[in-house]
Amino acid sequence: MLDPLIGLLYARRRALIALVLASALIFPLTGANSYLIYLVTLSFIMAISALGMNIILGYAGQFNLAHAGFMAIGAYAVGILTVDHRWGFWPAFLMAGPIAALFGFVGGVISLRLKGHFFAIFTLCVGYIIYLVIEKADELTHGTVGIIDIPAPTSIGPFAFDKPIPQYYLVLGFLLVALFLKHRIVSSLLGRAFIAVRNSEDLAQALGINLMRTKLIAFTLSTFYAGIAGGLYAGFVRFIGPAIALEGNTFELVMFILVGGIGTLFGPLLGTIALTILTESLQFLKEFRMVVFGPLLIALVIFFPQGILGYCLQRVAKMRADALGQGAIPPEVAPQDPRHRKPETRDA
Amino acid sequence: MNIFFQQFVNGLTLGSVYALVALGLTLVYGILHVPNFAHGAFYMVGAYLSFTGMTKLGLNYWVAMGGAAMVVAVIAVLSDKLVYHPLRNSPGTHHMIAAIGLLLFLESGVQVIWGAEFRRLPMPYPQIFRSFDLTLPAQRLIIIAAAFSLMGLLHLFLRKTLVGSTILAMAQNREGAALVGIDATRVSTLTFAISGALATVAAALFAPIALIYPAMGHLVIMKAFVIIVLGGMGSVPGAITGAMILGFAESFAAFYISTDYKDVVSFAILVLILSVRPQGLFSHGVR
Repeated sequence: MLDPLIGLLYARRRALIALVLASALIFPLTGANSYLIYLVTLSFIMAISALGMNIILGYAGQFNLAHAGFMAIGAYAVGILTVDHRWGFWPAFLMAGPIAALFGFVGGVISLRLKGHFFAIFTLCVGYIIYLVIEKADELTHGTVGIIDIPAPTSIGPFAFDKPIPQYYLVLGFLLVALFLKHRIVSSLLGRAFIAVRNSEDLAQALGINLMRTKLIAFTLSTFYAGIAGGLYAGFVRFIGPAIALEGNTFELVMFILVGGIGTLFGPLLGTIALTILTESLQFLKEFRMVVFGPLLIALVIFFPQGILGYCLQRVAKMRADALGQGAIPPEVAPQDPRHRKPETRDA
Repeated sequence: MNIFFQQFVNGLTLGSVYALVALGLTLVYGILHVPNFAHGAFYMVGAYLSFTGMTKLGLNYWVAMGGAAMVVAVIAVLSDKLVYHPLRNSPGTHHMIAAIGLLLFLESGVQVIWGAEFRRLPMPYPQIFRSFDLTLPAQRLIIIAAAFSLMGLLHLFLRKTLVGSTILAMAQNREGAALVGIDATRVSTLTFAISGALATVAAALFAPIALIYPAMGHLVIMKAFVIIVLGGMGSVPGAITGAMILGFAESFAAFYISTDYKDVVSFAILVLILSVRPQGLFSHGVR
């Protein structure tokens, strides 16, 4: 029943993206209060992290449960370099992505030797190690106290980033770059290789794809995204504690990705913003929101595992297949079994 | 000598608790091939139920433990029926995501009912045995004795009874078990019930010398995962051996290296061993 709407939106997808982008650009100028701007900015930062996690989880099909840990590494890189070593924000920020990616590379070399569940369990432990080390290594990370008074992003030329609205645009800029890069990555041959690995490791290997290399690239890229998001988080929230490395934060990212659409380009962004707003509107449940979100997550994964965007793309693919079945291809050749009507691509 | 003995007893206590938790986890993995991330939540719910049984209802320690074990067994069976069963044909990541949903639900549910503050189960046996210069708290002795007798009973149940051997058969070969007429649904119900009960007993045994709080399951479940990865997923003797290795490593590391890093030790062991042997210590297959 939603099909005509989905079809229309898909046909006009460029206009839709332009519309969303335009509304994102004018949003802070509409007189929204600074709390709302703060909230949306924070959800953009989380979305950058979720985009990265989607590379390894949604495209390469590896369930990395240490993602929040790598985000924490990026955040602590900025925090330690600026507060303890008196670096400026931007030089420190430039280090956030590479440092997280370096840890990600080393972690990936060890953890990607394991497959499936073992990889998930192992990365869960890696995330916990990151948390414990941050909490215990007092001299380096200030331990449980956390790092306070992290400088906000300093001005670049005429642009100062000390107020909520400029910070919003700064984060939006990073989000757009992150989306664009991810679009380039997943639509490249490398992105196809990720999807091949996700769909069947054996088949991918038979096609000549180097499994370890492909997964390691996906893992390192996703941790690079996590590091960038962590660095922005440090400069934006300006206080970081060991708790940001906890697995609960990774679980939240999983939820964002799943709601929006796992393995889609815009899904994690959609899910992050939708759930952040939903959480805020369920403010009265704040600390108990997981009583609602836990069963919601289970219901989603049972009844609606593609997420919002994944569902739409699936319908589009089905409509196309139907149109194809009625037109050029004789009915007896057209796929009859709905299971054969898989979407051609899952990246929007 | 005294200190060494003390650490030995501590290690044995920790190992016993870990073994009970890891056994439930490994049994469920053997049957469903699902890492049940919500298993730590069963442990935590078990601790809270025993706490309520003892303090609010004034029950005897063992009665409270038994009652809590039964309730958690029911919760575990329900989670199998409502969460894992509908997902039996889905890809692996979906199980793990659903398990996370279950974990979040149970944890926040407990927080709604009991609040977030730390609690402690009243010590049922506060006595301390002394001989020569060695001291031995009674609760630790009880943990070790109870855990080992439970492991013995479980071993007898799995090896000597028909019902128990259906679990092992199912873990060894799903199709083969179905061919000889073993009801898969009944076996998974039974396995979830056992795993929930074992987690509760572990929690109730350990609670008098540890704290009860909503996040208490996190570290324990992760260590249980370390254990069953080391011991080979689905292997009962592997889980017990792994638990003992981890328990001793932790208690001796806490003393000889640093208390701050004792929790890191277990994970460091995992990283180290898996870097050398990605297939775990005791398993032969390649993952």
